Amino acid sequence: MRGVIPISVEKAARGVSLWDALAVLLTFGVLLFFAEGSSHVLLPLSEPRSTAISLAPSALPQYAARTTLRMLVALAVSLLFTFTYATLAAKNRRAELLLIPLLDILQSVPILGFISITVVFFMSLAPGRVLGAEFAAIFAIFTSQAWNMAFSFYQSLRTVPVELIEASRTFRLSAWIQFWRVEVPFAMPQLIWNMMVSMSGSWFFVVASEAITVGNTTVTLPGVGSYLAAAIEQKNLTAVLWAVGTMLIVILIYDQVLFRPLVAWADRFRFEQQAGVTPPKSWVLDVLRRSAVVPVMTRPFAASLRRINSLSVLSHVYRPGKPGTGKLSRQIDVLWLVLLLSFAAYAVWEIAQYVTGTLYLAEVGKAALLGFYTLVRVMVLIAIATVIWLPIGVLVGLRPSLAQFIQPIAQFLAAFPANVLFPIAVSAIVALHLDPDIWLSPLMILGTQWYILFNVVAGASAIPSELRDVGTNLQVKGWLWWRKIALPAVFPYYVTGAITASGGSWNASIVAEVASWGDTHLKAAGIGAYIAQATEAGDMRRVVLGIAVMSFYVVVINRALWRPMYWLAERRSRMG
Amino acid sequence: MAQQLLRIEAVRQAFPKPDGRPLLVLDDINLDMREGEIIGLLGRSGSGKSTLLRLIAGLAQPVAGNIVYNGQPLNGPAPGIAMVFQSFALFPWLTVLQNVQLGLEALGLPDAEIRQRALAAIDLIGLDGYESAYPRELSGGMRQRVGLARALVVHPNILLMDEPFSALDVLTAETLRTDLLDLWGEGKLPIKGVLIVTHNIEEAVLMCDRVLVFSRNPGHIIAEIKVTLPQPRNRLDPQFQELVERIYVAMTARQAPQPRATAAAAGGIDMPLPRVSANTIAGLIEAVAGAPYNGKADLPELARATQMEVDDLFPVAEAMQLFGFADLEGGDIKLSDFGRQFAESGVDERKKLFQRQLMTHVPLAAHIRRVLQERAQHEAPKSRFRHELEDHVDEETAENALRAVTGWSRYSEAFAYDDRTERYSLENPE
Repeated sequence: MRGVIPISVEKAARGVSLWDALAVLLTFGVLLFFAEGSSHVLLPLSEPRSTAISLAPSALPQYAARTTLRMLVALAVSLLFTFTYATLAAKNRRAELLLIPLLDILQSVPILGFISITVVFFMSLAPGRVLGAEFAAIFAIFTSQAWNMAFSFYQSLRTVPVELIEASRTFRLSAWIQFWRVEVPFAMPQLIWNMMVSMSGSWFFVVASEAITVGNTTVTLPGVGSYLAAAIEQKNLTAVLWAVGTMLIVILIYDQVLFRPLVAWADRFRFEQQAGVTPPKSWVLDVLRRSAVVPVMTRPFAASLRRINSLSVLSHVYRPGKPGTGKLSRQIDVLWLVLLLSFAAYAVWEIAQYVTGTLYLAEVGKAALLGFYTLVRVMVLIAIATVIWLPIGVLVGLRPSLAQFIQPIAQFLAAFPANVLFPIAVSAIVALHLDPDIWLSPLMILGTQWYILFNVVAGASAIPSELRDVGTNLQVKGWLWWRKIALPAVFPYYVTGAITASGGSWNASIVAEVASWGDTHLKAAGIGAYIAQATEAGDMRRVVLGIAVMSFYVVVINRALWRPMYWLAERRSRMG
Repeated sequence: MAQQLLRIEAVRQAFPKPDGRPLLVLDDINLDMREGEIIGLLGRSGSGKSTLLRLIAGLAQPVAGNIVYNGQPLNGPAPGIAMVFQSFALFPWLTVLQNVQLGLEALGLPDAEIRQRALAAIDLIGLDGYESAYPRELSGGMRQRVGLARALVVHPNILLMDEPFSALDVLTAETLRTDLLDLWGEGKLPIKGVLIVTHNIEEAVLMCDRVLVFSRNPGHIIAEIKVTLPQPRNRLDPQFQELVERIYVAMTARQAPQPRATAAAAGGIDMPLPRVSANTIAGLIEAVAGAPYNGKADLPELARATQMEVDDLFPVAEAMQLFGFADLEGGDIKLSDFGRQFAESGVDERKKLFQRQLMTHVPLAAHIRRVLQERAQHEAPKSRFRHELEDHVDEETAENALRAVTGWSRYSEAFAYDDRTERYSLENPE
């Protein structure tokens, strides 16, 4: 399934626009604000007497439930964010100018680096209470889920067929009803697919956010993530396996109970009006549909919904404006720009003060160099993963039965956090006296390489059978077949997968460049390790510097490499 | 005299161009619609007829003039004006019944009435038994029936139809048209008047009591033709044919006669260009040159023989005129000497002839070639010309003009274009 573009690939003006710069300034201004504000409260922070994590397997169901709950709450918050932020961006031209570059920057900021700052901030809001830590964890998971959902929803809103909007307007549906009955349904299939990807991706952050050390404060929330962290600390391999098994079961359960029914249900929102493709099925949905209890239970909801819909505040009917009336609107434009620029100026002042106050230029240089090391690692790993998974993906994709079997496995593997392999990686490196600078790297791509595989599989299965027949008919074989048929056909899909894999690997470097197993700690030189160590030391300034440097690299790579590649693929694969 | 339904007074519509100046799309439109009338808006694409329909639907506001409905100036979608769309615009996630009910729900009617009226509309339009089907399960004709039922169910005074049958095959369109006219004739439709946009001349004569012919740049009404033939009308009726001919004549009438020789000099590089491939132009030249026309063809007859609708035929005919291969007048198309010469030539000679006409009559093509010749490397990026065009026209028009010119220059080997590098060059591709 294609169409999940995890980064913004808007065909915006080439290079960097004023709005990008504004977005960068605002993002880091806010980040600094949090970091500064919370560094004062860091010391008196009394840690929530962390309920010691029990490694007994019997404790796991309860931990799993709490972890899942956290993820679901975060998902709900992400949905709320999606419906508001993306809608505002799609409907308001002025908001769009800022919100979309902002989203682009936000999804390039390494979330794991973020966590330490937000933990401290949220705990300062509710000092000494578990609630603050819970908020922080949910916020961390939210930041790993929300951006791509918002982006997909924005894209959908922008592509709602104009005649559907016109039809709903001529029937005088209010903007509120139009949103829920036309725009949301249209966006639904894409949105659900992105929710699934988000949910998979967020496991990584669950593990990182449930057990986190900032300075001399350690926050531990009961959950699968902290269970795994405790198991690694205590060198308990059985417990690691138990944790992995639990994750497997949890993923299976929410897939069957939540996402499969959603996908089956959302199938009717597909816009392509064609018959013939077998619709997705779900036994849970069938049960719900047949049940007599469900309608009875949902009736009150439907009634109250109708009451909400008829509220006069929401019954504003569309009124067209005269085209091209200029002056007032231009004045508002100017006002809006002035407002933003003053925000930006404040952010510049804040950042300048911050940097000159404490950081030496040498430190920036060091971080930039470390960032470069990580860049090399990410690029080499993507190249290696490509060489391995591209051919395999093509071969699998051309065999539909095999593809159907492999797809869910690959998506499942994508959910696994690098920590799971710490025991093996650390033991092997220590036992064989390997160089951690090289041999820790594979952990970075552990979870993200699968995006390449399943996108390529999807691409290969989508090659029209007529094109394959032409190849056979002309006796195109071997390398020529790969070069002229298979690789160009899957190229757009591959680019989509590689973009996801690359973004994920940067994020993973924060966990993967430092690995520990019991009291053995290994570290590779890289920006990820820099951020991780600064976090552990409670050095907020270095954390912010590290995040800024990493974001810079991510944004540059996205703009200079992935975006042009995406558009090349897009243009090449289009007919007419 | 029948009651007035809708009055349009001196309506003008314009959109701002990139350079800030307004682009006039509709100018000085006046129309009185009376109860019991079917009015056809006929014209080429780009003549603003759909824009006018959207103004009446309240989807946009005119920059000048008034649209008066029910004695009130219109300022948004009005109750009592319903629209049928060319692409049906059905909600794919709603069943037939739910699609039809949507407009009634927006009116806030009680559930029982909504259901009863929706079922009545479905029954009327011949959709019985399809209530629980989703649009994707229906054929095109059935989908448009849903579109009709959805519009009729709100019991509108005026039914607006935007090329309602043009996405359907000929037979399905004919059936649907006939059904609709029968219902209208029997007074079973809960509506008082119909306004239909079409580019099919025969359809206009078949259905309408009055046909308003639109012309372009800017869109305005150039002729009003009354059709008083009794229903059902017969295409083979000589009176019918005469009306069709009259409309063709109106549509080919030259408005501001421009001496051909100075056309290129007068038209700038932003002259609007038809998006017609060189091969289609060559095809039509051959058709007109061959028997039974021998260089001069009656457009209605040519349309029937080539199975091209007005919207397909006119751009090609106009392109032929633009290139100086033919003349359009009085509903006829007549080959020029160049046109005859082209028809008689072989492939290579045709390319040369085409290239010469392209350079003489299409300023943009001549301009690109001049720039290429002046440059040392004999190549230039497409963006250079796009930016130049965008000073005058919007992005899409610029892109379309460049595509048209690229296609023609490739055919005539005037200059080459590499899509990978997005550059024009004088070299032949390797």
